[in-house]
Amino acid sequence: MRMIEKELVIVGAGPAGLIAAIEAAKAGVDVLLIDENTRPGGQLFKQIHKFFGSHAHKAGVRGMDIGTELLGETDKLGIEVWLSSEVCGIENGHDVWVIRNSSETQYVHAKKIILATGATENAVSFPGWDLPGVMGAGAAQTMINVNRVLPGRKVVMVGSGNVGVIVSYQLLQAGAEVAAIVEAAPFLGGYGVHTAKVCRAGVPFYVSHTVKAAYGSERVEKIELVRLDEKFNQIPGTEFEVEADTVCLATGLTPLTELAWISGCQFDFVPALGGFLPIHNAQLQTTNPDIYIAGDIAGIEEASTAMEEGRLAGISASAALGYISKGDAEQLTDKIWDSLNALRSGYFGQKRRDAKDYMLKKGSEVIVCSTC
Amino acid sequence: MYRVEQHPILGDAPKVRRVKIFVDGQEYEAKEGEMIAAALLAAGISTFRYTNYKHKPRGIYCGIGRCTDCIMTVDGVPNIRTCITPVQDGMRLQTQHGSGEWQRGDAHD
Repeated sequence: MRMIEKELVIVGAGPAGLIAAIEAAKAGVDVLLIDENTRPGGQLFKQIHKFFGSHAHKAGVRGMDIGTELLGETDKLGIEVWLSSEVCGIENGHDVWVIRNSSETQYVHAKKIILATGATENAVSFPGWDLPGVMGAGAAQTMINVNRVLPGRKVVMVGSGNVGVIVSYQLLQAGAEVAAIVEAAPFLGGYGVHTAKVCRAGVPFYVSHTVKAAYGSERVEKIELVRLDEKFNQIPGTEFEVEADTVCLATGLTPLTELAWISGCQFDFVPALGGFLPIHNAQLQTTNPDIYIAGDIAGIEEASTAMEEGRLAGISASAALGYISKGDAEQLTDKIWDSLNALRSGYFGQKRRDAKDYMLKKGSEVIVCSTC
Repeated sequence: MYRVEQHPILGDAPKVRRVKIFVDGQEYEAKEGEMIAAALLAAGISTFRYTNYKHKPRGIYCGIGRCTDCIMTVDGVPNIRTCITPVQDGMRLQTQHGSGEWQRGDAHD
């Protein structure tokens, strides 16, 4: 078996992985960035809307333009990127098992590893949820914005959080009709600016409602909605039908943690951040001291947070490899933490801030940090 | 039929060379390099396979290569994730039944 050596292997070329690679390469680290897709950028290129936050966090810039900028920088720094390459395992905490182009096996011995594997969409099950036409909201977003095809003509969106309202608006932009946005909670979940845009376009919102069933033979043809009581039980007799050929599920995300499990990292369950997460400290180091995490695998948040975390993991790994002095690393990471805390403030951010603080406390208890 | 040719943010769809693909023997047009799933949706096809026991239809679900709901038999190889596999000129796609069957005597033996 061929084994090659790398100082740092980063798994996942989304916003977190790309920035981690850029930071490490700038410090002089020999980096290999691996992604299973044919194109790097993760989910940035389907995010055609402008980002939130302050200017320091690229607010007002569209996700896809941030993607283009990051790929340009990756190119300029000459970072080695393996595409169409799946990481299938990590052995002995350092040996990364990769299958390239679905055909060739390659082992890479890495001194340090950053996992930036992202997340996958949550499902909601109801009779008919397995029919073609029921899909993740992110799947529909990929189809319209990246592949430029409509997955259906008339859509019911389940979930009124940011993903639900943003994808609804983008479906309208792509020429689809949004028949309804359905929310199980008694209140709407997304940022006002996006919710208002869909509202102004005349899309009806149904709070305290859910999908009772989807009907169709070869694909969705009709959807039955039902009202929920304050305990989320369906209220009999309140059902009504909506004609639609597509149901999009915008009901949250779950971190993609398989590689961290395989590597033997310790986990904790943090519902506010999406479920089971590898325990990590303020350097984003896991209980396996040579494995770092960044982005959605460290807790479901937004791309702007993922990018700051990528920077943090990249700097931490570079410092551990001896490319950045302890003092410099501390200064740099302090600044990033200020920025992350700013992103995790306000009505929507505080819950994530509290959950992250809980995780860092846990991390500081179980991880013996080699660089701090 | 389902293509987004004009878009208020993304502008006009880029001009891309067209290639031929075959779905269960029938010829369709696809854009060079686009994902198989996209080409099928554009052609109005939303069922990509049928399940093993209950023969229920399945199509795209996650669109990013995670859920494997959209798998088909591609050039004789079953279980190919169509949402992350680009089309190639002359590609032969088959609606997959159950876990599919490897085609004998091809280059993938």
